[in-house]
Amino acid sequence: MHPALSVILFTTASGAGYGMLFWLGTFSITNTLPSDRFFAPVSLALALAAISGGLISSTFHLGHPERAWRAISQWRSSWLSREGLVALATYVPAGLFGIGLVVFHRSDGFWAACGGLAAVGAFSSVVCTAYIYRSLKPVQRWANAWVVPNYLALAAMTGGLWLTALAATFGIGRPAIGWLAVILVLPAAVLKLGYWRYIDRTTSTSTAETATGLGSIGAVTMLDPPHTSDNYLLKEMGFRVARRHASRLRRISFVTAFVLPVLLIVGGLYVGGTSLIILSLIAAPLSTFGVLIERWLFFAEAKHTVMLYYGAARA
Amino acid sequence: MTDLPTNSAAKKLGLVIDLDTCVGCHACAVHCKEWNSGGVAAPLTDIAPYDADPDGVWFNRVHSYEAGRGAAGRTVHFPRSCHHCETPACVTVCPTGASYKRAEDGIVLVNEDLCIGCKLCSWACPYGAREYDYDSGVMKKCTMCIDRIYNDAFAVEDRVPACVATCPVGARHFGDLGDPDSDVSKLVEARGGYAPMPELDYKPVNRYLPPRPRPAQATDTALVPAEPDTPGILGWIDRMLSR
Repeated sequence: MHPALSVILFTTASGAGYGMLFWLGTFSITNTLPSDRFFAPVSLALALAAISGGLISSTFHLGHPERAWRAISQWRSSWLSREGLVALATYVPAGLFGIGLVVFHRSDGFWAACGGLAAVGAFSSVVCTAYIYRSLKPVQRWANAWVVPNYLALAAMTGGLWLTALAATFGIGRPAIGWLAVILVLPAAVLKLGYWRYIDRTTSTSTAETATGLGSIGAVTMLDPPHTSDNYLLKEMGFRVARRHASRLRRISFVTAFVLPVLLIVGGLYVGGTSLIILSLIAAPLSTFGVLIERWLFFAEAKHTVMLYYGAARA
Repeated sequence: MTDLPTNSAAKKLGLVIDLDTCVGCHACAVHCKEWNSGGVAAPLTDIAPYDADPDGVWFNRVHSYEAGRGAAGRTVHFPRSCHHCETPACVTVCPTGASYKRAEDGIVLVNEDLCIGCKLCSWACPYGAREYDYDSGVMKKCTMCIDRIYNDAFAVEDRVPACVATCPVGARHFGDLGDPDSDVSKLVEARGGYAPMPELDYKPVNRYLPPRPRPAQATDTALVPAEPDTPGILGWIDRMLSR
């Protein structure tokens, strides 16, 4: 599938933002939010900026961005619509949570409940994003049980790493946030490896034979394509990434998204002080960069059944 | 609304395409392009049509395949267009309600005034039936020629989709596949018509009629080389030409 930059930016940025929002809300309802004057408001502002930037970026690939508001109408059947609706609804508790933090300097009682609701909204938004892909049966590499946990784990991880960097920057003497981030990397890395292993070892049940229905005669190969140059289908669904590049990109992604951030945060926690600030401020963007590559691969490595009509033996 | 109609008793208008008869002339695709360039889904934008790399929206594409190998192999021409599925995910994934399936005849259409051009419907279609119009920023697809089949200005026999009207070998048939007594349903029954990729459970309405089994004598009457030493004048010519 064609890796559209706007969608890659959207899912990565809003994923990190929703991860941050989820943990801030969770801290507030469990009464573990650091009482620092700046940490929570600045973190929340950054989270909402990442979410909003991502959502706006996602409209750039639309043919008619000015009609984007219509997209919240079909929530009964469409995961894309649900995502838009949940994302917009999440702004309400997240905004109230922010008002409590900035105006009243409180994150307890009603304001904590708003934080909790914002966390639920953040979680649900990421689930909806993942289900857009999970529900597409023609793309076997998306329509599998690995996709939703992957999106959730990567969002939770990048959100946790950014909160670690912010907590260190504002001098919150709370290593627990750093350790939380380190622990969050583990499921994310395992799920990503699991996903890659899965897509490498399975192929679609659909074949050129089932797509044409000519399997009873014999193996089906394309003799003549219907057109001589690439059409929309080949440009959008026919994107291919060389196996050699893909495996190299997977290694780069794995090291930058998971391995280096863990080493940096653990090192920073061990040494403490200014090194934690510097190392965590390197770890968070580095991991986000790794997730960007991962997201590019998520699209580039996905194969669509329509290519079965254009000479692919498997999708 | 992107909810699917629930009235299973309604008409299911669809195409029946005979792969045994189709000669792969692309006339159906060309007439489709011609008619719909002025129809409800117009324009079917072409980008750089006279350049080396032309691109453009077509609702119907004719592929040619080789099925099987050697003497058992067959060349099969395969027109591919919207199947107007009974459970079309292209409709249910649409976030705006632009894609819809008509309750009265099952035709799947796009309301271009509501389409935001997110392209998700084209991802959801396993058959590649939808093509995005880069120029107008909306998704386009086969309309089953609703502006022909319900057109009172046409003679009754002309109220068929353009692809059916134009097929020079009569390989395309149009009718109500929800009615078991219709001509198309009987044809599907008689010829073992099938839907592609049944494993994905989109329940296409259209049917393909498979190529008929090849007659046994076709493979038995292989060309036999002429006798090397034919007597008379013909033999003399053969020997002269063989030098």
